[in-house]
Amino acid sequence: MPIQAVNDFVIRFANVNGSGSASANLLFARSILRMGVPIAPRNIFPSNIQGLPTWYEVRVSERGHLGARGGADMLVAMNAQTFAQDVAALEPGGYLFYDSTRPLPPSTIRDDIVALGMPLTEICAAQYSEARQRQLYRNIVYVGALAALLDIDLGVMETLAAERFKGKDKLIEANQRALRIGYDEAMSRFACPLGVRVRRSEAVGDRILVEGNFAAALGAVYGGATVCSWYPITPSTSLAEAFERNCARYRIDASGRKNYAILQAEDEIAAIGMAIGAGWNGARAFTATSGPGISLMQEFFGLAYFAEIPVVVFDVQRGGPSTGMPTRTQQSDLLSCAFASHGDTKHALLIPDGPNEAFEFAASAFDLAERLQTVVFVMLDLDIGMNSHLSAPFKWDDARTYDRGKVLSFEELEQAPNFGRYDDVDGDGIPYRTLPGGHPTRGAYFTRGTSRDRFARYTEEGLPYIDNMERLEHKFETARGLLPRPVLKQAAKPTRIGVLHYGSTAASMDEAQQMLEGDGIYVDALRIRAFPLAHAVAEFIDGHDQIFVVEQNRDAQMRTLVSTDLGVATDRWTPILHYNGMPTSARYIHREIAARLRKPAAPQHLEAAE
Amino acid sequence: MTYVAKPKFHHPSIPVNALGFTRRDYEGSMSTLCAGCGHDSITAAIVHACFELALPPHRIAKLSGIGCSSKTPTYMLGQSHGFNSVHGRMPSVLTGANLANRDLIYLGISGDGDTASIGFGQFAHVMRRGVNMTYIVENNGVYGLTKGQFSATADRGSKSKKGVGARDEPIDLVAVAIQLGATFAARSFSGDKAQLVPLIKAALEHRGAAFIDVISPCVTFNNHEGSTKSYDYVREHNIAMNALDYITGKEPITIDYAEGADQAVTMHDGTTIHLRKLDAKHDVSDRAAALTTLEHARDAGEIVTGLLYIDREAEELHDALNTTTRPLNQLTEANLCPGSKALEAINAGLR
Repeated sequence: MPIQAVNDFVIRFANVNGSGSASANLLFARSILRMGVPIAPRNIFPSNIQGLPTWYEVRVSERGHLGARGGADMLVAMNAQTFAQDVAALEPGGYLFYDSTRPLPPSTIRDDIVALGMPLTEICAAQYSEARQRQLYRNIVYVGALAALLDIDLGVMETLAAERFKGKDKLIEANQRALRIGYDEAMSRFACPLGVRVRRSEAVGDRILVEGNFAAALGAVYGGATVCSWYPITPSTSLAEAFERNCARYRIDASGRKNYAILQAEDEIAAIGMAIGAGWNGARAFTATSGPGISLMQEFFGLAYFAEIPVVVFDVQRGGPSTGMPTRTQQSDLLSCAFASHGDTKHALLIPDGPNEAFEFAASAFDLAERLQTVVFVMLDLDIGMNSHLSAPFKWDDARTYDRGKVLSFEELEQAPNFGRYDDVDGDGIPYRTLPGGHPTRGAYFTRGTSRDRFARYTEEGLPYIDNMERLEHKFETARGLLPRPVLKQAAKPTRIGVLHYGSTAASMDEAQQMLEGDGIYVDALRIRAFPLAHAVAEFIDGHDQIFVVEQNRDAQMRTLVSTDLGVATDRWTPILHYNGMPTSARYIHREIAARLRKPAAPQHLEAAE
Repeated sequence: MTYVAKPKFHHPSIPVNALGFTRRDYEGSMSTLCAGCGHDSITAAIVHACFELALPPHRIAKLSGIGCSSKTPTYMLGQSHGFNSVHGRMPSVLTGANLANRDLIYLGISGDGDTASIGFGQFAHVMRRGVNMTYIVENNGVYGLTKGQFSATADRGSKSKKGVGARDEPIDLVAVAIQLGATFAARSFSGDKAQLVPLIKAALEHRGAAFIDVISPCVTFNNHEGSTKSYDYVREHNIAMNALDYITGKEPITIDYAEGADQAVTMHDGTTIHLRKLDAKHDVSDRAAALTTLEHARDAGEIVTGLLYIDREAEELHDALNTTTRPLNQLTEANLCPGSKALEAINAGLR
């Protein structure tokens, strides 16, 4: 029985990297969004420029479930190399759309799916003379065909093409023509629309479709970052590049000069060194990197912690360890960031769940870094950073001012004859600092990674060292109260079962919570948004007898963090771990939690790539 | 060893500079290096140069890495902010500091281990970028704090205190700096204050990446017979190319070098430095000639000192980046935040 689903399905495109499919697929996704139906598009791409298989997946969900679902109801099979594997992964009753220019061996087509063959190559060969055009427009032709098959308004697609190529009339015309060719061909060949289809809706509302890296970069612009030093690494590169694009647009002064400085450093060590130098000198500075970069920066993180220098680090996490899975997602840098560097160190982490929070946390990270005079990590991941997510629109209050922290001005130094850089005047563990050049005779001090007394004078004596380390610990406690609070989603009925999760797991977890309720299983879900952990996390743990921690890493890193930070016993907790490089899915979380609650001792299955 | 403050009192007749500061006002706390260390002479030369140029101490930021040399910023310029960063990474920290506030004077102090070994990459890239700074390497060829291992500037065949010979090709930091884009490159000797002080002054006046490699004997681990970085060896093999006589409009420089032809070099800001050429053939504006001179000296086992190369029209990093003339650290919400209207437009573009 072919799948019947309106505004609730997953379509997967199997393409060859570098074939120009990305922009065609985006056009397809945006057309559904323009029809008012929520979508969650995801790129599954290789570490490669051209030739390897790549997939694009669009989850269409009127109810707004935007996490990865798993499985596919329709497949657009444009890559012969992965054809068999892709077809095998299609849901029973699903639809296979493929290029039938060359007939397929009958054995590759399952009998429980609907096969829709269209001779795309042949059609394009007849319409276009150049080889590259044939390849590029083949993509647009299949998008046009999908409009017919899925009942998407072709006019919406034509408008999107016109917007995209605004000012290039020839391109607009060519794209619209290709869309029309595909549409007409599909209409004449198949009974359109299919059982899966799109229907106009109002469910999108005012939401925007945006990548987390863009959002974080924009947050850095709004948050007043002026120095960005970075080294290219997937999946963080587009964050630095988006910062540059937005600065070029919004940060040029009246004389045409830049109110920012961006340096592509020679490596990650130099990148963090520059950011720390700039932070020391009073600029809001950041770097963006991923796991391997975090490893390289370790020594500098210790310096920033100990010498108390504000700096923001965006870690767009990918599959580790080592080069790991550089184009796949994970939440596996939690511990290496929280306790980065040697000696007793710990750092503040902000953990957004998607682009909207990435924007907000990015902007506030600069306030927190300057307030706390330390490193603040913003923990994104590849799924948040490089995929487009339907998010609440960005908001900014024009009355909002930057918290520049405790920096003594010239006038304040005039009144402060006994400035002690590491003196805890206010009792919150946060000392006052001065900036180079701020006063001719007062406030100069020597910044160092070596031990020093409250007046920043070098010392190797035990007591001043301990005094300083305890103040840093006290400052960390102050941080605890300043960071974003966790978000609680209570079950429909009171329950003693609790789930802790964070970051990009949120969308799938929310959906899983509803699926569980459908089974009569009630769980409260607490989304952690920062480290050190808020007191509310401890209260949540206290209020539940059985705790699940849902994460995208092998070692249940959040469980370790909770255990260390709150001193609670976590050995009886149940980790639900998904770390194959694909985003976790509601189906997976639902299945795993439900299985544990039915049979507490059931071993966890390792999920193969879906 | 902990911090030792120097007493502040001084003789009432001690000279003051144009800002009313005495030389003592440019000093720092007591040195904790070995007695006779070449680095202390360099510290004294820096103090002297800053005093004579009447630089406002608080407008100087002094940065260093890790090692004996990198400790010295504590012993100079007590009224300046200092930053003793991590081993080999001073260049990146200085670069970032410079990005944040282009108006300050940046003084980077490093050693041969800090620059030529662990920090070679950052050294290379800070020169390539043309960061406006004075970068001084206090070069003794050994690691002092860890008791005498060779660094990458140790000459091939030079003997360690334990009698082991250095076998690897040494790195000539001046040659590397010139190749990588330093626009002021000099070499000097900690024992030659007459040459060193004017060079530091000129470097501080230079707009762009200025580099001075100062051979600075380690009295404890590298001052013995067989070392090519000992006081005796350097004195015997030092060939001065030129001497800096004075900078127009600044305090006179008194030096005791031999007679030679005068070469005036006008700097970017209009000041002129006057060199006395001791080697009539050497033209400081000729980059290729500077490299050739260094190569020939190396073949001959000589140490050429003086100003080797200067590009007085140098572009510095902020020129290349086209950053605003105001220090970035002084910009406020009004300059930095695009505001809610712009954000609404961005939202609209994402629908």
